[in-house]
Amino acid sequence: MTGVLIVMLVVALLLGGSAVLAVVLMARRGQFDDLETPAIRAVFDDDD
Amino acid sequence: MSSAPTNASGLAAAATTFAAEPAEKTACAHCALPVPTSLSDSGQPEQFCCSGCKSVYHLIRSSGLDRYYELREQLDDRSESARTTAERYDEMNDAEYHALFVKPAAGGGVETELILEGVHCPACVWLVERLGRVVDGVSECRLNLRLGVATVTWDPAASNLSDIARGLDGPSYPPHPPRGEARREAMRAEGRAALVNLGVAGFLAGNIMLISMALYGGMFGSMADEHRTMFRWVSAGLGVLSLAWPGRTFFRGAWAAIRTRSSHLDVPIAVALALGGFWGLINTVRGTGEIYFDSLSMLVFLLLVGRTIQRYQQRKASSAVDLICSMTPTRARRIDTDNAGAETTLSVSTSSLHAADLVEVRAGEIIPADGVVERGESTVDASLLTGEPLPVEVRTGDTLAAGTVNGPGMLRLRVSEVGDNSRIGRLMQQVAGASAERSAWVQLADRVAGVFVVVVLVAAAITTWAWWPAGADVAIEHATALLIVSCPCALGLATPLVMSVACGRLARRGVLIKGGDVLERLAKPGVLFTDKTGTLTEGSLRVLDRISHGVSDDRIWSLAAAAEAKSNHAVARTLIDHLAAAGIDAPCEPTELHEVFGKGVDATFAGGERVLVGSRTWMLEQGAAVPAKLDDRADDAGARGQSTVWVAVDGAVAGLAGLGDAVRTDAKPQLDALRDRGWEIRVLTGDRRDAAEAIAAELGIEASDVEAELSPEDKLERVRTMATSTDRTVVMLGDGVNDAAAMAAVDVGIAVRGGAEASLEAADVYLQAPGVSPLGTLMRATRSVRRRLVLCLGVSISYNALAGAAAIAGLVGPLTAAVIMPMSSLSVLTIASLGAWKALK
Repeated sequence: MTGVLIVMLVVALLLGGSAVLAVVLMARRGQFDDLETPAIRAVFDDDD
Repeated sequence: MSSAPTNASGLAAAATTFAAEPAEKTACAHCALPVPTSLSDSGQPEQFCCSGCKSVYHLIRSSGLDRYYELREQLDDRSESARTTAERYDEMNDAEYHALFVKPAAGGGVETELILEGVHCPACVWLVERLGRVVDGVSECRLNLRLGVATVTWDPAASNLSDIARGLDGPSYPPHPPRGEARREAMRAEGRAALVNLGVAGFLAGNIMLISMALYGGMFGSMADEHRTMFRWVSAGLGVLSLAWPGRTFFRGAWAAIRTRSSHLDVPIAVALALGGFWGLINTVRGTGEIYFDSLSMLVFLLLVGRTIQRYQQRKASSAVDLICSMTPTRARRIDTDNAGAETTLSVSTSSLHAADLVEVRAGEIIPADGVVERGESTVDASLLTGEPLPVEVRTGDTLAAGTVNGPGMLRLRVSEVGDNSRIGRLMQQVAGASAERSAWVQLADRVAGVFVVVVLVAAAITTWAWWPAGADVAIEHATALLIVSCPCALGLATPLVMSVACGRLARRGVLIKGGDVLERLAKPGVLFTDKTGTLTEGSLRVLDRISHGVSDDRIWSLAAAAEAKSNHAVARTLIDHLAAAGIDAPCEPTELHEVFGKGVDATFAGGERVLVGSRTWMLEQGAAVPAKLDDRADDAGARGQSTVWVAVDGAVAGLAGLGDAVRTDAKPQLDALRDRGWEIRVLTGDRRDAAEAIAAELGIEASDVEAELSPEDKLERVRTMATSTDRTVVMLGDGVNDAAAMAAVDVGIAVRGGAEASLEAADVYLQAPGVSPLGTLMRATRSVRRRLVLCLGVSISYNALAGAAAIAGLVGPLTAAVIMPMSSLSVLTIASLGAWKALK
């Protein structure tokens, strides 16, 4: 029982941690530098 | 500057018959501003407010980018009048420029950043990002609307950077070199670090909350002690991580506040985090008692959410150096003389100029450095420093300042001061200095926090003392619970939320605000200093009054139009534009014409008429008789601050025009409304006293409240004196560089539309919609914001007080604390964003 709990805890933290890592990496690469323009760009569903 | 319709009150005073402006106005096909009657052309399907808009409209249509207008309509955007510069941007092709700003792009080609003027709406994003359709070889153009920075990737073999710059200048987004890169980079790094903190805080808070759920569940059922201990240790581990990593922001802030002995919300937060964390750790080690890591990490997360919101509504001011660079040209023409006396003209970078260098300034160019005119005569637009639209005449021996714009003549200038030492350089240092020195505004939330921290700490001490008989650990337990539940979480969220909602709503109404504290500063009436030219007035010269005497109106003015047709003088251009708009055309060209600089023109026509146009002195010098009636009128016009143009035909003066700057139609009602609200209004202007007083009288301002003939430095000194002698809020309303230092020094600097870049940087508020009307919206909003803020703070304090009382009574456990906190934050969030914002609907 304890073993299962420990494994689950570690797995949960690793899963969450990898998501955090992704956020950190994306933030450092500048993915979230501009939060305004991409939202606008999505409106122009047009042409090219 | 937009060419807005002519002011009607000035015209009504004119003796001549003049077509009244029609009640309804057609909208410009490009910018949707009203089209002046004089420019409306009933034969055309599209009407334009100015030639700039017209050429931009045709350019956009011919490039197949019509969808821009469609989008703008759909998105209901505010628009601005076209402003193209017709510059060639050749300096952008220099190797020097490329070495500084152009980098190889990841996917081939090269890329650079350009700072664009005039990008303000989603439709602008669309248009700018379609650059590739207009300029060959451009593979990508991405715009950051917030910063106004476009990143362009292109093939250098297909196009020069100057082609790209002209491609952006064409649709009225004049590009500038990406100066201030270091500052933007620092801002970016700061923003990224804040996001990383937020992400980590959110992850830790979420996981600790999940673990706590298990622990809370275990409280009601059975839970093996070993599991309980394990969960408590994991929770403590993650909790300490949360306090030490994202939470360090608050410890740092609190430490800074303690060192400077100021009250800041970070202080009670840090106290709660430190004591809660410390006691939680002790209890984890002891294996008994409450641990509060779920509440603490949630606190860190929610507070960081508040900080992030705050970050997004704030913009940073430029450094002085960036400002000087933005106003002086990058290149100058230096004239070198060798030993033999032969002259060579060399294009050099402005930064390499030294005192005593000789430079050449061609027509229309910006003066690169302070200096003395050695040769040539011209008119110079010094509005940058004086704020006055009328160009001044310069001759050999006159002193010129960097940043002013040369008119029609070519000038040779002996450089006296460059860069930081030039007049504009010193002025911009004052702007930067004044912004840095400005007294920090203690926000309402921080003032509340000051009282708050004392109350909470005293309450915690009392709790410990009152529970001491029940055992030391029980006492500390309850005191810790008190500290945590009364942590000002909602308080920390309330201000940024209310301000960010208000800033967002104001932005939609054309009022851009740099920081939320501005709204708090403006809530109580104070002293409003205002510039005159360009702020209360239209800021451009126009004919306000035109009369004829002895000769028919049509005849005398059509002759004047013909005589002035070739002149480049600003007064002549204004007169010709006005006559053309009134339907008076030049019938023929003069057979003989000569223009005397600074005086006027002398033209002879095929029919034998000799026509003089110019100053009164010019008339007298040429022996033309000046009728007394016209002299009276001229005195009248002079008293109203107008300058006069005289026209004589065949030796007798027969026409007189008064030129001036018309008062904005919305100025008087706005100022009246402010006065009713208790504001004291004073005018600071660089213009002549009589002109300033005439305008002030029209606006109901006492002559004693008008200070005229002020230099930018004088304006700064006047507002500083006022700011130090009064507790009231001091506001400066202005438009030009000459107001920038004063704007930076006061509590709130407000820049009107059409102002110079430096004044926008120095100002806290930018009125994006034309005129001073947005001022009314802003002032109404401040009161509404104040009420909303007090409500939010009240609600969050009530929560804290109730929860605190329960904690003192020993009724609060970790579960209650974990429920109360998000509840209070949620209710504050709801109040801040929903409901009736009367003034900002």
